[in-house]
Amino acid sequence: MKFEVNYSTIESVAGPLVVVGKVGTASYNEIVRIRLPSGESRLGQVLETTSRHAVVQVFGPTDGINIDKTSVSFLGETFRVGVSEDMLGRIFDGQGRPRDIKSEVSFKEKRDINGEPINPAARAMPNDFIETGISTIDGLNTLVRGQKLPLFSASGLSHNELTAQITRQAKVKKSNEGFAVVFAGIGITYDDAEYFINEFRKTGALSRTAAFINLADDPSIERILTPRIALTTAEYLAYDRGMHVLVILNDMTNYAEALRELSSAREEVPGRRGYPGYMYTDLASIYERAGIIKGRKGSITQLNVVTMPGDDVTHPIPDLTGYITEGQIFMARDLHNKGIYPEVNPLGSLSRLMSNGIGDGKTRADHSNVKDQLFGAYARAQDAKSLSSIVGAEALSDTDKLYLKFGDEFENRFIKQGFYEDRTIEDTLSIGWEILSILPQSELTRIKPAYIEEYYGAKGKDARARGDGKETGKEHKNHPKPSK
Amino acid sequence: MGAIDKVSGPLVVASDMLGSNMYDVVKVGKDKLIGEIIQLKGPNAVIQVYEDTTGLRPGEPVITTAKPLSVDLGPGLLTSIYDGIQRPLEVLQKKSGSFIARGIEATALDTKKKWKFTSEKGIRKGSRVKSGEIIGHVQETDVIKHYIMVPLGVDGTIESIRDGSYTIDEPVAKIKSGKSSVSITMKQVRPVRKPAPVKTKIRSSVPLITGQRVIDTLFPVAKGGTAAIPGPFGSGKTVTQQQLAKWSDADIVVYVGCGERGNEMTEVLTEFPELKDPKSGKPLMQRTLLIANTSNMPVAAREASIYTGITIAEYFRDMGYDVAIMADSTSRWAEAMREISARLEELPGEEGYPAYLPKRLAEYYERSGSVEALSGKKGSITIIGAVSPPGGDISEPVSQGTLRVVKTFWALDASLASARHFPSINWLTSYSLYSGALEEWYRKNVGEGFVNARKEAMQLLQREAELKDIVQLVGEDALPDQEKIVLDVGRMIRESYLRQIAFDEVDTYTSLSKQSLMLDAILCFRKKADEAVKAGIQSDKIVSMKVKTDIARLKGVKEADVESAVKKVREDMDREFSALSKDAE
Repeated sequence: MKFEVNYSTIESVAGPLVVVGKVGTASYNEIVRIRLPSGESRLGQVLETTSRHAVVQVFGPTDGINIDKTSVSFLGETFRVGVSEDMLGRIFDGQGRPRDIKSEVSFKEKRDINGEPINPAARAMPNDFIETGISTIDGLNTLVRGQKLPLFSASGLSHNELTAQITRQAKVKKSNEGFAVVFAGIGITYDDAEYFINEFRKTGALSRTAAFINLADDPSIERILTPRIALTTAEYLAYDRGMHVLVILNDMTNYAEALRELSSAREEVPGRRGYPGYMYTDLASIYERAGIIKGRKGSITQLNVVTMPGDDVTHPIPDLTGYITEGQIFMARDLHNKGIYPEVNPLGSLSRLMSNGIGDGKTRADHSNVKDQLFGAYARAQDAKSLSSIVGAEALSDTDKLYLKFGDEFENRFIKQGFYEDRTIEDTLSIGWEILSILPQSELTRIKPAYIEEYYGAKGKDARARGDGKETGKEHKNHPKPSK
Repeated sequence: MGAIDKVSGPLVVASDMLGSNMYDVVKVGKDKLIGEIIQLKGPNAVIQVYEDTTGLRPGEPVITTAKPLSVDLGPGLLTSIYDGIQRPLEVLQKKSGSFIARGIEATALDTKKKWKFTSEKGIRKGSRVKSGEIIGHVQETDVIKHYIMVPLGVDGTIESIRDGSYTIDEPVAKIKSGKSSVSITMKQVRPVRKPAPVKTKIRSSVPLITGQRVIDTLFPVAKGGTAAIPGPFGSGKTVTQQQLAKWSDADIVVYVGCGERGNEMTEVLTEFPELKDPKSGKPLMQRTLLIANTSNMPVAAREASIYTGITIAEYFRDMGYDVAIMADSTSRWAEAMREISARLEELPGEEGYPAYLPKRLAEYYERSGSVEALSGKKGSITIIGAVSPPGGDISEPVSQGTLRVVKTFWALDASLASARHFPSINWLTSYSLYSGALEEWYRKNVGEGFVNARKEAMQLLQREAELKDIVQLVGEDALPDQEKIVLDVGRMIRESYLRQIAFDEVDTYTSLSKQSLMLDAILCFRKKADEAVKAGIQSDKIVSMKVKTDIARLKGVKEADVESAVKKVREDMDREFSALSKDAE
């Protein structure tokens, strides 16, 4: 439709929804402009269309809208935003309008923010290791280019710091291809938004970052748009401009809550905890926009923050997210309370694409074995710990005592690291071996003998010497058997 | 021809649709989006649309095809990747690029490719043939002979039949059926929502061998059986499903990615062509067919994808093949039903799912089975369905509806997964109702010993779990030596036997004979340890024996070298134990 027709036939307004009567030919998902008596105009989108009326969702508050003096025009197109490389270095609001005081952005073209699903047959397999410099991620839950990996966090934990650190340190080895960050703040506080922008500015990352900020007090319905606009920009940068884009959506919990608000306004049958039954599909339409496409240079990697309400991983938001994303980085309050940063609990974390990104030629041949052993040993250490809290450390078997020690060292040396500490994968693996060497060789059943030969104890002698004076390595060939 | 009256998400209401039938396929709007009638109200029809409905507006035309949702069946199916309504994704990619555009039509099978048709012995002019009977074949891939069958519902006398190379649309035979003469091509069309007829169903007594130790040894599934894998995210549903798709000894594998991740389908697509079937040595892709309706693709097509998959599976079963169909995940399918049901404003059942959910689940799983097909051949469909219960809690409707109909239950356990014990199938809560029926087969084909070893291993694991509870209260030291051994052997079974690494070249597949040898080695250790303890040797000496490490490493030993490796382990075991008893003296 080239011309706009104005309708002054609003029938009802409730929550963010406006029903416009006598329309007849509004198309599904079409964008509308609502002109208020005050002269202000707001955008909305058609959620349902019939031959009699159209139900419109307003992106923004509905105050000031009235029945008789407000007009609605149907624009004949879906929600589209301008995209361009000039968006890097700029800050926008949640609807994609410049928020900083700089000049207007000149856009190359406009794109539908909903995108289109990538044909599964056109996807290329993600397998480039991204080094984040964080041991718990690189060593145990490796991030791969084209992956979607959320941070499952909770209020009061250091997800913002960790996200900032990853953004600062993330790199692909032996690669100098274009790299960009698209940051979407969804319902975050002014403080948090400032924190990120300052971090980006301090480290010089801002010049390659496009930030979209929907603040906590901005209209919640706008949160439906913000991640989609960010991803549309990212897709342009990745697939048209050949850049490797890291997208950070922070925080998806606020997005899901906006979705619930909208659903309840539409009087839909609620699913679990009031979230709509289609939330899985809706979240997937965002997360699945990560990936790599055959024959195109760029990639989109998503690192999203999901704060778990009440630290509950079975809450619908983290739960459905976990079913869509390729793993999760799980942040734990007990580690945080011990003063450990980053408080990533490896046992709850997972990277599904890890096996594609590690091994000989990518990280190191022993990486997979070391990872398995560290996981197994840390899980056993947890068992030993809970046992010792019941029966006392003295009653533990000798092996369990070693595991106890392993657990402590693992938390304090492997998990814990500084905010500015950027560890290479080699650093991470050697710390891993040092700690593993606390255990006797016979316990390392998940590691191939050749690797044990090469790495066991090489740097770990000090660690063992610091042991509690008892014979710790009775299976170790260099140690004589204890005589009784 | 009708017209759109209302659009709401994937649901369209069309007016002036009198004369169309329930479940007819319709073309909606100017873009001719594909949809299916799911409700009729007077002259109005409610249609679920299999493509994104953005841009549709009231007044646009709706045309019925007067046919139910169907799939095309014929040579060229294998190695393909389809979306939920059998559109070939590789062809779509050529037509519309890397993203899926709307309203594109593409035939499911290549209509240009010529296939070499050979008629069956004894089928010639004048032969009486019946519906479903085999009249010829095409060598579709190196491993699969694609049989051409008389289409369902056609009975009669062959008027003509010709060998040679034809496309799937060219007639290869003519059958006189009643008064009319029917042209037979290599392609046939079957509706997806109706199970194909069979002569009889047979009770199956042959296991589907998967090469996965915990499954084959403890919780086997029969060929023609059903299995469910419920588990929270990250517990390894997809990896387990993919392992089964790779290594199970089915002739044909149909893998349905229903509302799951795009990258997972890519993984299958890139990995399978490179993997070799342990039996035939040919690429696994040659027996595989993929249906991918990822989570961001239209929700109604996700609902259809399960039916598309099972209908194709039935077609191959009718040729006499053992087919395995993996659906990952049936929960997404159920959610698609729920979404459509909510938009229809049906009264919701439990957790918002439609009241007919259990019926649909049962109908689906009932399409499995070992059968004598109309062709007289014996074939089977094994259905393996992943379930993704919210929060990992299987008291929810999809898990419960599934458990009522399936006979094998592989319970995935989050705590095992977080300790990276994969496959994270919990040995205490899982079950297989086929164990009894399959015992005879195991006895004959693996050996009497294996059946007993399996029982002993299960008892040990049970006992270990009980002892662990006690240890939690009193500490391990308080246990008698005999029971410390049980704990130790239980741990060996878990770590050195049940735990299996999918990404390890050797460990990814274990033949039954290797499984038997490995388990025997562990149980032999147990026997000797028991004897040693009885002879007064301290349990901690046994627990720290070197040979245990060698037993643990057996899983990494190549199939060809297993026998000698086990022999060596046994010798070492004897030597170490006799050294122990000498020390004690």
